[in-house]
Amino acid sequence: MNLTHRSIRSVCHFININCLRNFSSSKGIMTSSRHTNSKRIEGLDKNVWVAFTSVAADPTIVNLGQGFPDIPPPAYVKEGLANAAAVDKLNQYTRGFGHPALVKALSQVYGKVYGQQIDPFKEILVTVGGYGSLFSAMQGLVEVGDEVIIIEPFFDCYVPMVRMAGAKPILIPLRVKCNKKTNIVSSADWVLDPAELASKFTSKTKAIIINTPNNPIGKIFTRDELQMIADLCIKHDTLCISDEVYEWLIYKGHQHIKIATLPGMWDRTITISSAGKTFSVTGWKLGWSIGPEHLIKHLQTVMQNTLYTCPTPLQEAVAQGLLRDYELMGQPDCYFSSLAVELEGKRDRMAAILQDVGMSPIIPEGGYFMCVDVTSLNQDLSHMGDDEPYDYKFVKWMIKEKKLAAIPVTAFCGDASKKQFEKYIRLCFIKKDSTLDAAEAILKNWNS
Amino acid sequence: MTVCLLIKLAVILVLIMSRQLHARRIEGVDKNIWVEFTQLAADYQVVNLGQGFPDFSPPSYIQEAFCKAVNGGCSMHQYTRAFGHPPLVTILAKFFSKVVGHDIDAFEDILVTVGAYQALFCTFQALVNEGDEVIIIEPFFDCYQPMVKMAGGKAVYVPLRPVSRGKALTSADWVLSSEELASKFNSRTKAIVINTPNNPLGKVYKREELQLIADLCIKHDVVCISDEVYEWLTYDGAKHVKIASLPGMWERTVTIGSGGKTFSATGWKVGWAIGAGHILKHLKTVHQNSVYHCATAAQEAVAVGFQREYEHFGTPESYFLQLPERLQHKREKLAACLESVGLQPVLPEGGYFMIADISSVKVDLNDPSTQGEPYDYRFVKWLIKEKGLATIPVSAFYSPEHSKDFENYIRFCFVKEDSTLSSAEAILRNWSNGK
Repeated sequence: MNLTHRSIRSVCHFININCLRNFSSSKGIMTSSRHTNSKRIEGLDKNVWVAFTSVAADPTIVNLGQGFPDIPPPAYVKEGLANAAAVDKLNQYTRGFGHPALVKALSQVYGKVYGQQIDPFKEILVTVGGYGSLFSAMQGLVEVGDEVIIIEPFFDCYVPMVRMAGAKPILIPLRVKCNKKTNIVSSADWVLDPAELASKFTSKTKAIIINTPNNPIGKIFTRDELQMIADLCIKHDTLCISDEVYEWLIYKGHQHIKIATLPGMWDRTITISSAGKTFSVTGWKLGWSIGPEHLIKHLQTVMQNTLYTCPTPLQEAVAQGLLRDYELMGQPDCYFSSLAVELEGKRDRMAAILQDVGMSPIIPEGGYFMCVDVTSLNQDLSHMGDDEPYDYKFVKWMIKEKKLAAIPVTAFCGDASKKQFEKYIRLCFIKKDSTLDAAEAILKNWNS
Repeated sequence: MTVCLLIKLAVILVLIMSRQLHARRIEGVDKNIWVEFTQLAADYQVVNLGQGFPDFSPPSYIQEAFCKAVNGGCSMHQYTRAFGHPPLVTILAKFFSKVVGHDIDAFEDILVTVGAYQALFCTFQALVNEGDEVIIIEPFFDCYQPMVKMAGGKAVYVPLRPVSRGKALTSADWVLSSEELASKFNSRTKAIVINTPNNPLGKVYKREELQLIADLCIKHDVVCISDEVYEWLTYDGAKHVKIASLPGMWERTVTIGSGGKTFSATGWKVGWAIGAGHILKHLKTVHQNSVYHCATAAQEAVAVGFQREYEHFGTPESYFLQLPERLQHKREKLAACLESVGLQPVLPEGGYFMIADISSVKVDLNDPSTQGEPYDYRFVKWLIKEKGLATIPVSAFYSPEHSKDFENYIRFCFVKEDSTLSSAEAILRNWSNGK
């Protein structure tokens, strides 16, 4: 190496060392314009949870925001995990597409639910939560330039996932039916306009995403509504991604229907579910996709190139939990039923609390959440400026002034529908009685 | 009526099949050696020196930590912070700040992922655009190539080569040519992936070798992705050097680590990426749009593990000293055995694996089901089916372009109970004696 080269290198090193000394925190480092984000994640960095969950981590705030229980999971589920972790083999890698014990248990449970044989190895994929299944489905099946229909209000990740796959989200809102005799609005009153839905399907439509029970509204799509969607899927040769993570949380008088069981739909549907929501263990982050081999194999390809396998002891524990509840299916002791009964009580209590203070909740037919129209509170938020929808301002104000956390419903809709939803906030009611008591106290004392 | 129905069904089936179902991004990445070979190892009764996981238990303190987390409060079973459980990122920042020699911000500079595998995925997806080039050093952990492909990038390969033809007794003898490496960098190069200690070879890159790579990264303004999952497993006093600690490298390196490999609990799938915030934030964007959260209890346990290791760092109680000591002895045992039966091992300076040259072994591979496959694939499958010993073919760790030149090596994992290694030994001796 010649002297000039060595000198240049020394100077470069000197400059670099000085840079490190002066800018020892990452914030100060001179950033290269080449190390920017890839195009696929352009504009996908904002996220409603990042905005609201850290605020709600304050223990003085009554948190009805993010959807997780503050009630414990069933004891046998926790025991199952402790038992699994005690077995050496279960602390090491398992089968990539799903731990054999788990996919076999899923095959049993869902074989019964669907009324058909489900191949545990070819028709099931275990993923990191329902979220991971959604991602695998998008990455495996949605092409750049495709259109994907999403029904508003929607679980917020659908849009960024569609965009990350280079596709275009096509939004269609649920709208509240008019002509109600009473003031009580149910999630069943929020419906799709058939002509409007039909108009959204084009030759570019690759898939439609449905979520039943729906987050945030709690709507359970009826057989007729699902048939309408199915007819369009078949007519336009479209796939259906059915997010059914709340499938067991169905309240009295309603029935959860799997669109994959409608004629012609098994071959074109991926059905997604969640151990976290099924067993009240959202922190386990296990979910699964069920569908025909010719679709599931593409999700498996994504899986083997993204994270390869899910944690073993957690999968073993979920398998044990499923087998236990499989034996009890249809009986009141089955957690799938008993949790729904427990939550229905909380749902009714939450609704009563809101109605007592003059608000109009949408009574959900299923799921964890209740949306409520806050118009009647007449809260003047003009001091908070104009740059956010009303519900964002309201929730931020409510967290600060009333120490009660919720989630703004416009986080679940596109720009064009913001005016339709900006007076609604979403409350999670899968909370222990003392949390609901505290929420009640805050609401009762609203005007003091 | 029936005929109409049949025609209708046929039309539906044709319609389903007529448009391409899968996305183009997953084309060409559907084959996977682990799916193929773990299935085989499961189908036959084998002594398994194939896939890289210990068959002994994780240290008891970490198992206890996991149990404690499971029996802990409600919050252990619900969502934690998406980018990493606060106790975990806090201790990782504290621990690695010392090792790297740089103040790491727990909340800006770290992302916890579902294993190091997902950290790699987030990194490629976050940084690689269509047409970007990514340099991969061969032999490489197999997932780098399909991940680069899935991100639309173009993999550019540069091989490690044994220093002299014939005997290449240790992984230290496998080196890069500096001219050849420099020739791979151009204006389209977005990143280079390094893996030290290396899988499958076991090479532990020396400071000078990393400096060579660092100089090129700085010269060409390239990101370095440093896969260091085996960072604590070095033998014969070899020192693991973090490229991120070299001058000018912190701001352009993503360093990837693994709780699974660190604590011998591969089934927990807790990994992380550490690097400058302006790069990590893009990995976070991918993470929040793909899995969003990682399991809470496992993160809590790994945090407790690191806290304990922080307190015992450098002392004889440190698992990070005890494990490599244990593995060193296993490494010797396996190497001696392979030599004694005419296989030529390359002694690894670090990691879980040892590769061995099978050229001198002649077998009649008459299995028609493996006709047309690379020699080492056929050999490994024969070894599984006929001898009940599982290994992994090394050509799987080479690019499609170069794999033909490396069909004479197979990979053994020696992170196994002595009894497992003894069983493998018995199989090999019997086979050798039976010739």
